Amino acid sequence: MDLLWASATELAGALGAGEVSSREVTEALIERAEAVDPKIKAYLQRTDERALADADAADERRSRGEMRSAYDGVPLAYKDIFVTRGITTTCGSKILENFVPPYDATVVERCDAAGLPMLGKLNMDEFAMGSSTENSAFGPTRNPWDLDTVPGGSSGGSVALVAAGAAPWAWGTDTGGSIRQPAALCGLVGVKPTYGLVSRYGMIAFASSLDQAGPITRSVKDAAALLNMAAGGDDMDSTCLKEPVPDYLVGIDRGIDGMRIGVVKEFQGEGSQPGVRARVDEALTRLEKLGATLEEVSMPSFEHGISAYYLIAPAEASSNLARYDGVRYGHRSAADDIVQMTSRTRDEGFGAEVKRRIMLGTYALSAGYYEAYYGKAQKVRTLITRDFEKAYSNVDLIVSPTSPTTAFKIGERTDDPLAMYLSDVYTVPVNLAGNAAVSVPCGLSDDGLPVGLQIIAKSLDEKTMFRAAYAFEQDLGLDERPNI
Amino acid sequence: MSVKEDLYETTVGLEIHVELATRSKMFCGCSVSFAGEANSRTCPVCLGMPGTLPVPNERAIEYTMKIGLALNCDIAERSLFHRKNYFYPDMPKNYQISQYDLPLCERGHVDIAGDFGETRVGITRVHLEEDTGKSVHMGGTGRIADSDYSLEDFNRAGTPLVEIVSEPDIRSAEEARVFVAELRSLLESLGVSDVRMEEGSLRVDANVSVRRSGEKEFGAKVEVKNMNSIRSVGRALEYEEKRQREALDAGETLVQETRHFDEKTGTTSSLRTKEFAFDYRYFPEPDLVPLAPSTEWVQRVRESLPELPAVRRVRLASEYGLGAADISVLTGSTKTADWFEAAAAAYGGDAKKVVNWIIADLFGLLNEAQMELHETRFTPAQLAGLISMIDEGKISGKQAKLVLADMFESGDDPEKVAADKGLEQVSDAGAIETAVDEVIAENADAADKVRAGQMNTIGFLVGQVMKKTKGQANPGMVNELLRKKLSS
Repeated sequence: MDLLWASATELAGALGAGEVSSREVTEALIERAEAVDPKIKAYLQRTDERALADADAADERRSRGEMRSAYDGVPLAYKDIFVTRGITTTCGSKILENFVPPYDATVVERCDAAGLPMLGKLNMDEFAMGSSTENSAFGPTRNPWDLDTVPGGSSGGSVALVAAGAAPWAWGTDTGGSIRQPAALCGLVGVKPTYGLVSRYGMIAFASSLDQAGPITRSVKDAAALLNMAAGGDDMDSTCLKEPVPDYLVGIDRGIDGMRIGVVKEFQGEGSQPGVRARVDEALTRLEKLGATLEEVSMPSFEHGISAYYLIAPAEASSNLARYDGVRYGHRSAADDIVQMTSRTRDEGFGAEVKRRIMLGTYALSAGYYEAYYGKAQKVRTLITRDFEKAYSNVDLIVSPTSPTTAFKIGERTDDPLAMYLSDVYTVPVNLAGNAAVSVPCGLSDDGLPVGLQIIAKSLDEKTMFRAAYAFEQDLGLDERPNI
Repeated sequence: MSVKEDLYETTVGLEIHVELATRSKMFCGCSVSFAGEANSRTCPVCLGMPGTLPVPNERAIEYTMKIGLALNCDIAERSLFHRKNYFYPDMPKNYQISQYDLPLCERGHVDIAGDFGETRVGITRVHLEEDTGKSVHMGGTGRIADSDYSLEDFNRAGTPLVEIVSEPDIRSAEEARVFVAELRSLLESLGVSDVRMEEGSLRVDANVSVRRSGEKEFGAKVEVKNMNSIRSVGRALEYEEKRQREALDAGETLVQETRHFDEKTGTTSSLRTKEFAFDYRYFPEPDLVPLAPSTEWVQRVRESLPELPAVRRVRLASEYGLGAADISVLTGSTKTADWFEAAAAAYGGDAKKVVNWIIADLFGLLNEAQMELHETRFTPAQLAGLISMIDEGKISGKQAKLVLADMFESGDDPEKVAADKGLEQVSDAGAIETAVDEVIAENADAADKVRAGQMNTIGFLVGQVMKKTKGQANPGMVNELLRKKLSS
């Protein structure tokens, strides 16, 4: 068995059959990271010792027949936005460069409880603000498919690591597309679950009403399995839904015969790169072939999605990031008084994009502007939610490209924030409405880079979403790997 | 109000912050307490660490509804928490979770009787928020401006805080004082707060303005802060009212500003003027879901309300026949009234006697010791016992005062104190008779005079008997016995 490219589910099977130990898997992945990470720079911090200790403990449990879960011993890595007890957590920012949290995120706690060894913490755009991972205070991550291109973002470290065969899966977070867009750009499966399905406790906040954690994997089943582990109510998060969570693996292979799938009228034609368009069109044909019927759905509010998103997310961020003042933890600049200390700390600690968004958000919430900006953006949000509701009265799922382009060159968009923001045009409406979506690979574009298909489900209808994604993945049978 | 009071009208609105006495903080499990080392009652949530989220304290919501209902407010079917954004080092998140346009309780009122007679003061809103930590400025005068450095203690950060805002219906310093006193006793009766102004669990800010009588527009609004007792509320507002009236008299223009009350001088001084108005950039707290108490919940809270002070006052008048002055003293605090009622019940006789002993005697001792009635070392039943002893002739009223003073120190039963002090009156007829016989034998001349009808000499003989019994004989009995023995 190829320990580097096996899916998490395959590794779990091999561990269960006694064909391999968790230590062997973990060592192989560490060795792989040793070889490829200098090129892709996915890790902010490897926690080799912790990973090996976790692996030995998992092997020990298995020998006693006391496994914590079916995946006990399958290693995992986290975007550095999840706080980890005793392990530096930076959120890609200099302001948290030396922050060692005294607590674990709920996601981390639950994966720990399932026995998943922690490989380390992964690079990201600072405070998840970006679509290329170039906004990390610790340097960009590179796309394993083409080292001159970005892996997407903000969960760039997570996708690069998994795409390079140095981890079977990783956790990312998605506020406007930060899981799906990088998953698309690196040829992976990336899930943005329904808002409130996965606890946000211990996930450093960017925009609270939009942030959602989700799995990044190489297979649809792995994504369903990882979501199974973390989803469900949490007493530490009042916005976390309390409904019982179904097993996403049960019935995943039931196919899509008879499903009605909506194609967003406004997302067709212009706007996408031709190579992306071609793969997505083929995907639509494939879905039909699998028994689904395609219907055009009109989502007129979507054209305002980006504008609304870039008011709501920065507004919430301007408040969420106010706590980084140097008083209690993190970076503190020397100064003569408290006002100077706070402003210097923030000036030195935050990068340009974060500052831009804090200013944008502060402005949008200011007296006299609130109604015109934040208020109006919230109305657009309501319209988008209604457009989704209307569409779902006729269809079971909605599909679109995940990203209008394949991976772009490093540096190509860093001087043009607006072009960067448009990377999220297809993904942002889903965060605004709060429903679930997945990006699944649908082949390579003419430039040899991966293209992703976005499958959008109703709120809490992850089961239908996984079913379609799995049927598509199995029928397409992609067997492409980056040459790294 | 010496200055041409009829020419001006005073308008006061109050903002009152009440720290709730819940076990845990508003949004985390840390315990609410002033005790303990700095920052010992903190956790990642109340320290505002990255990734943490608030989870509302149900008890605090219930307490807020209690206050709202006791103030005759409507409870909102849907209420929201907002973020109030501003930077201050004692605020862990640099925003305070508070309420804005959709508070939990609105549109209530309180009836008070002040220097304008009986009047109704409107309650605009009652909302729930979290308290900040505490900055301690080291060096200099202890204020931030000239300090060397500051320390932060976050033990208080996240304590549930209720804000009560009154309508500008208050027309004098005295009405403001009475309003705060009434509110304080109401909050105390609800058992939702320690209501200690000196310790900051009840904080009063006042908006005061003065205008010429008959004018439609209010005068410039002056916010007065730092009033740390009910008495200071009266003093500060009296000063402020006078200052504003005198300024208007002198033809000056008043400005909107915040003023600080100085307890020592009894004056106010300007802290900041309106240019420093903050833009708090309120927006709905995305980490919390809307607060929508069910009608059943509201009903349960309504049914759990205790007897409120206004109702109790009426009952005390009808049940014990007490006058307004006594009632006012007794209902200043629920615990005082509870203590009185317990004593009255244990005594069973004329409650007026119990009131007199409490107000005329016990309060003097309490004042000296700076204690509240309920903190008295002896129980209400023990006071009742003392009064009964007088009724039964076991001790005199004068001796009872001595016994009370001792009970106040020791907490002992009155019987024991009286016995220990040898104060108990000798009402044993035999013992008194022996003493009387001895005195008659020793003072034959005086006895003869009495026998001869010189009754004023009997006082001398009584005095001799009292001396012989060391003052313990019941004087009435001695007198009676002497008359009987010397009349034949």
